Amino acid sequence: MITLRNIKKIYEVGDEYVHALDGVSLDIHDHEFVAIVGTSGSGKSTLMNIIGCLDTADEGSYAIDEQDVTDMTEYQLGVIRNKKIGFIFQQFNLLQKLDAFENVELPLIYQGIPGGQRKVKATDALKKVGLEKRIHHKPNQLSGGQQQRVAVARALVTEPTLILADEPTGNLDSKSSKDIIALLHELHDQGNTIVLITHDNDIAEEAERKVRLSDGKIISDTGGVIQ
Amino acid sequence: MKVGQAVKMAIASIRSNKMRSFLTMLGIIIGVLSVVLLVSLVQGATGSITSELDSLGGNQLTVTITDPSSKLTLSDVNSLEDKDEIGKVAAYNSGNGTVKAGGNKEEVSISGITENYSDFSELNLLNGRGILNIDNEYRLNVCVIGNSVAVNLFGNTDVIGSQIRLEGKDYLIVGVLEEQGESMMGSTDSTVYIPFTNAQRLLYSTGVTSFYVSSSSAETLELAEDTMDSFLLERTGDSDSFSVINMATIQDTINAVLSTMSLLLAGIAGISLVVGGIGIMNIMLVSVTERTKEIGVRKAIGAQKRDIVTQFIIESVTLSLMGGIIGMLLSMGILGLLTAILADYTFTVSISVAALALGFSMMVGLIFGIYPANKAAKLKPIDALRYS
Repeated sequence: MITLRNIKKIYEVGDEYVHALDGVSLDIHDHEFVAIVGTSGSGKSTLMNIIGCLDTADEGSYAIDEQDVTDMTEYQLGVIRNKKIGFIFQQFNLLQKLDAFENVELPLIYQGIPGGQRKVKATDALKKVGLEKRIHHKPNQLSGGQQQRVAVARALVTEPTLILADEPTGNLDSKSSKDIIALLHELHDQGNTIVLITHDNDIAEEAERKVRLSDGKIISDTGGVIQ
Repeated sequence: MKVGQAVKMAIASIRSNKMRSFLTMLGIIIGVLSVVLLVSLVQGATGSITSELDSLGGNQLTVTITDPSSKLTLSDVNSLEDKDEIGKVAAYNSGNGTVKAGGNKEEVSISGITENYSDFSELNLLNGRGILNIDNEYRLNVCVIGNSVAVNLFGNTDVIGSQIRLEGKDYLIVGVLEEQGESMMGSTDSTVYIPFTNAQRLLYSTGVTSFYVSSSSAETLELAEDTMDSFLLERTGDSDSFSVINMATIQDTINAVLSTMSLLLAGIAGISLVVGGIGIMNIMLVSVTERTKEIGVRKAIGAQKRDIVTQFIIESVTLSLMGGIIGMLLSMGILGLLTAILADYTFTVSISVAALALGFSMMVGLIFGIYPANKAAKLKPIDALRYS
């Protein structure tokens, strides 16, 4: 359960102040599959960074699972990212020196989970994305689609509250894109909450709810909880 | 994150860039190598100098008289033994000469000695006997010869009872010494020892000009030194015409000089360790910049500041410690080789030196790793992720 209230983010560009987010309020409920759509410069990346606790808002409040994140310390934000959020990036962002298994295992290492449990969980996650046969392949031995699936496995291995996918198909061919979208649907069907950030209306159509951003404001929301 | 995990990550990272890691370590390798080598060499040399000085006896005085008119006789000198604080006295003199035997000729050092001489200077008999008081009393033409004198003249050391001709006089060989090898204080190998009284004639010297004095115990050494000073001042009337040298004092001085030298050398070599540390810091800083994206990803998926700090510090410590260990092993090899080549010296890496060098290289890794590690940990995940 995500609650954003009147979120503002202002950047200073030269002498001007740019309102990247200009009072965004949004509720995302458990088990929802939400697409946040917008063109470049609409503020969707800023919103995704704030939802992902990678950045903090200048104004407004943000709670995740009823926990107020707004005034959390850097350390507490790290814990939230680690336990509550699973990231899927456009660039995959796998560590090149580690193999698929080690990449998936990494969030669990930072949670301090012992090796035996890590092995079970990471193997499970890789099975879910259909990569059980490539557990010990390095990213450069995998195709783009496979790398993104490793990233998906890494995102869901901690059983997060929210899976945050930032243009997950942006670097993929159409077939791999379809695979990843299908995988997201599958994860959604299994009860995961998914937030998909994209500029692509076709991809956004895949989600059950679409939130459209423009100039830092929500201009439409098919879920209809605009306040 | 556990330290074990961090060490694993550090080793993986070091291995993924072998050439660079090796070059970075090279600074530490050379630093540790030079510290360990120099300190161990000085320690080895100190050890052999000290043991050589020890073999000369700890509580002894060496007396030399430069005034030829003093005319100190052997019995004057021997009567010194009656004093409580004085243990033994041994007069000696020395010169050079030629010995002949069986058609062979050899240039040798000639030492005239008394029976007590062997209490002050090591004379290890291979066979036969030493020079005795009775030899001196009756001016017997007997001699004890060094190992190489025997070998050079007779081809073997089994020569007790044979005659040699020393400066035109026949001498009976009564003893042969063990082989000693080269020594800082001159070797016994090419020396012929004869009774002191015979040597006086042979070397055309009268009186006693040099002798050893030992104190009755270590506590009376200074008292004995004072006694000798006043005795000689009375006999010569001039404090410049004789010298009484206390071996213990010399030993202390030499030890002090050597340990200062050892510290100085270690200090100079330590500078190269610091330079190696700067090399590590340099590479770690490059590594932080190169891995900005990695740091961003790690932070995005939940790495805390201290996880990143631990990772980078452990990496730099592992790097420098590995360099330290390699440097240590290299220097052990070199010292082993030197010990094998230079038979008279034994060079080993003492545990304290090893611990110091490894501890120091770890410290270097730690100190020079802190800044890059903090720089990495301070990166904001959002900025680090955007970096490309």
